[in-house]
Amino acid sequence: MSLFLIAALPFLGAVFPALLIRAGRNAAASAAGLTTFLALMGLLIHIPSVMRGDVVTARFDWIPRLGLNANFMLDGLGFLFALLILVIGLLIILYARFYLSREDPMGQFYTYLLLFQGAMVGIVLSDNILLLIVFWELTSLSSFLLIGYWKHLPDGRQGARMALAVTGSGGLAMIAGMLILGNIVGSYDLSVILQNKALIQASPYYLPALILILLGAFTKSAQFPFHFWLPHAMAAPTPVSAYLHSATMVKAGLFLMARMWPVLAGTDAWFYIVATTGLITMLLGAVIALFKDDLKALLAFSTVSHLGLITMLLGFGTKIAAVAAIFHIINHATFKAALFMTAGIVDHETGTRNLKRLGGLRHLMPITFTIGTIAALSMAGLPPLNGFLSKEMMLEETVHTTWLHSHYLVPGLALLAALFSAAYSFRFVSHVFLGAQREDYPTHPHDPPVGLWLAPALLVVLVVLIGLNSAALVGPLIAVVTSAVIGGEKLPYYSLKLWHGFTPALYMSVVATLGGLFLLALHKRGEQVWNALPRPEAKVIFEAIIDALTRLSRWITDEMHNGVLSRYAIIFVAFTVGLGYYAYSTGTIGVETRVPLPAQIIPIIGWICLVGATLGIMWFHRNRLLSLVLIGVVGLIVSVAFNYLSAPDLALTQISVEVVTMILLLLSLNFLPTETPWDSSAARRWRDAAISVIAGLGTGALVYAMMMRDFAFPTISEFHLANSYKGGGGTNVVNVILVDFRGFDTFGEIIVLGIAALIIFALTESVLSTNVRSYLLNRKPHWPQSGDSHPLMMVVATRVMMPIALMVGAYIFFRGHNQPGGGFIAGLIVAIAYLMQYMASGYTWAIERQRFYYHGTIGWGVLIAAATGLGAWFNERPFLTSDFGYLHWPPLEEFEWATAMLFDTGVFLAVLGAVMLALDSLSRFAWQPGMAQEFPMDINPLRDSPPEQEQEKEQA
Amino acid sequence: MEALVASAVGILTAAGIFLILRRRTFPVILGLSLITYAVNVFLFATGRLALNAPPVLNKYKDVAYTDPLPQALVLTAIVISFGMTAVIVMISLSAYLSSKDDHIDMTAQDSVDAAGEDA
Repeated sequence: MSLFLIAALPFLGAVFPALLIRAGRNAAASAAGLTTFLALMGLLIHIPSVMRGDVVTARFDWIPRLGLNANFMLDGLGFLFALLILVIGLLIILYARFYLSREDPMGQFYTYLLLFQGAMVGIVLSDNILLLIVFWELTSLSSFLLIGYWKHLPDGRQGARMALAVTGSGGLAMIAGMLILGNIVGSYDLSVILQNKALIQASPYYLPALILILLGAFTKSAQFPFHFWLPHAMAAPTPVSAYLHSATMVKAGLFLMARMWPVLAGTDAWFYIVATTGLITMLLGAVIALFKDDLKALLAFSTVSHLGLITMLLGFGTKIAAVAAIFHIINHATFKAALFMTAGIVDHETGTRNLKRLGGLRHLMPITFTIGTIAALSMAGLPPLNGFLSKEMMLEETVHTTWLHSHYLVPGLALLAALFSAAYSFRFVSHVFLGAQREDYPTHPHDPPVGLWLAPALLVVLVVLIGLNSAALVGPLIAVVTSAVIGGEKLPYYSLKLWHGFTPALYMSVVATLGGLFLLALHKRGEQVWNALPRPEAKVIFEAIIDALTRLSRWITDEMHNGVLSRYAIIFVAFTVGLGYYAYSTGTIGVETRVPLPAQIIPIIGWICLVGATLGIMWFHRNRLLSLVLIGVVGLIVSVAFNYLSAPDLALTQISVEVVTMILLLLSLNFLPTETPWDSSAARRWRDAAISVIAGLGTGALVYAMMMRDFAFPTISEFHLANSYKGGGGTNVVNVILVDFRGFDTFGEIIVLGIAALIIFALTESVLSTNVRSYLLNRKPHWPQSGDSHPLMMVVATRVMMPIALMVGAYIFFRGHNQPGGGFIAGLIVAIAYLMQYMASGYTWAIERQRFYYHGTIGWGVLIAAATGLGAWFNERPFLTSDFGYLHWPPLEEFEWATAMLFDTGVFLAVLGAVMLALDSLSRFAWQPGMAQEFPMDINPLRDSPPEQEQEKEQA
Repeated sequence: MEALVASAVGILTAAGIFLILRRRTFPVILGLSLITYAVNVFLFATGRLALNAPPVLNKYKDVAYTDPLPQALVLTAIVISFGMTAVIVMISLSAYLSSKDDHIDMTAQDSVDAAGEDA
């Protein structure tokens, strides 16, 4: 099975539980299980090649320019982690089916779980560090959903937030680290990076990259001082805890360290940062775990401790320590998942996880007792279980490690941690299962149904088997994985067996076990001392930091973004002017290369009109109606200027847009105050005037300088001119560019226009549903209303003109490909034709005759344009490739057809619909009851009997 | 001719900026319209000015054509700017009708009220 499919399967499968939950909980669980099983099978068929030491790859260039490739690879390390993720995932799916209660939304649970699983599989199979980051962030997000699954519990929500904040910010640091690493090597592909150890470690950026990447790994793997999120994440349902904290989420950090081991490890910086952090975490976690009364909190801190152990081993930087680390990853995953599930069973059956209220369960729950005890003893490191083997190896390694010339520090602290580790493991067994049977369990405990204990039982069988015959069972796997971790170099000598003779590690194990028993015996007294000690509460500190950050960002936001729009505008303008000045003073502008066109008298008159109108707007802008009239003058001159300067299409568009804009502004002025009062002080007006004049001078000088020089680079317009007829089948190059060369832009633009119109419609709907409607109904108009709101002359004239206007629209549309015109302009012209009816005959009259909704017009326009574009696919051409040809139907002249015309039809409909929807929405503000009774045209032969007949009747 | 176009763009820009710095919605809308004209003419002018050379191919004669690309860009810009104007007109109209106030700036009191609604 392709690696793509293995990584994608959980994501694809995530849909099914959410849907199938309607068919029952078993259906949802089976869907999730089947998906995982399929992915697992897909993984397992790669066993032969992985065991040979080959690397299976699947490559796909995603965004090659960024170095972001969807490359996957499967080597020993990835295989081990993927195996753990999928196998334990499968067991968790089984366990969760029986664990979750009827009230819990199970479909959601499995969906989140599969999303998380997919993200984890993605991490361990990525061959590209950018891709790895994407999956890394996905695990943070999906684990947030899982931890906060019980939304009704405040602890769950807080724990989820904390986990997201800590692992998410670590992830951000890691992104930076990965980018540095990629820059050093010049590639983001892991397979390339892993070959460049010397280059990376010689780089001056090695240390920053190392620290940033380790921040990501440490936060994810809950290393000191970021360990605090993990216990708080225990508010999640137990299946989640078992999954996230035994095999997956927290192991992602370890995976990353192991993955990067060949290139990052082996330096002093690596040793002192990683090994020390691991050592502190191991000891701290073990000590705290002993004094936790919550069963899951005990396991959480023990997880922290064991993660520290593995981190420390990776930090040693020796090959044999890497073997031990890999071995312990396998062992920890098996016994810890079993322990979490046991804790879940105890919680489920007794109703409490508090060690102070438990005890004596061994007779009531014999199966659970057996499973829990074996797993716990493995965690304590007792032979012949698997935990013993890897712990021995760890202790053996510490003996050979010197820390700042001290031979005793590392082994001493490791022994202490192992001692506490044994103590809390024994406590788990003794305080839950041993001791006298109690009478006050919240519910009457008994062993759960087989579905609940099957998964941990299978794991415990593994714990024992690996312990008894590790060389045969996991030996080859460890060899393959370790050789992947150490970068394909020769494996060191090691042997996986229970009895190594009388070694220092054996003595240390014995001391740890006996010491653990001793500590357990002293637990009551130790607890009193522990509770009397002052301890920093991580959650309080964390929340104080978060609070401070929230206040800081709120302060910054309030200061920067205080809602004074005119301040934003002035900052923006002043800054832009400053940038312009900077560019002008530092750059060179070259010499004038063009001869200016002579200014004739008519353009000068036009210029005078335009400038006069513009200054008039500035001067009289308080009189709003007058300034609207003046802005109409500006628009008119601009469109005439376009025509004069060889842009007939622009002139046509500008003048029709001008008409609709004016109607829009006039309509809106109906509801706004007619005068703008004096608000700003004189000083402020002068300041604004000064800034505007400077900006205007700059813009004018810029455009003048540009027009007086030729193109700095050859333009692409030559291509358009040369190919417009040959390739696009039209002689109007502007239209061919719009519908053909840059059809995709146009497609986007009609969508934008449609969205703008829909926004207007939605705004109108929401405003008119408030008390604004009653205000509008009782409003007094600004100006005296004319006696005849629908003058006869205008009604008749517009109705006569309607067909003519539509004809003009059609004409403009059809000539568009070859002569000035086209869909945009035709859409505007037809819209004006409709608007004339609105204005002359009234809104109510017009909508009574409206046969179609403008929303639909916009939609059809976009759909037709899209369908035309898609049509190209059927001819195996790219989206929006156009085609054309010529037809000759006698007796007609030969004429041309082009698929671009169909596209232009879409543009036409979208523009028409958008303009009409915008103005129609605005018109609804003016609606008054009783308008429908008005007859826009007094003479309507159909309405009632004509006057002549009445006269005849009277005469009769 | 170039000087006329350049000075017109400059004056339109200056007037537009002056108006968007006012404190009521309507002058801001007018200012944006003026800036729209200025920007469209500016973009159009990047194709340089030419008389009697529309980019409509002549099948029979070999004649000069002006640059068609800026024209195509400006054509859509004109239509889109209508959409933009319509949206801001509706926003300012709705704001005015809802609050009977056409100031564009939030006051300190407005910020307090908004924070109160969030809480």
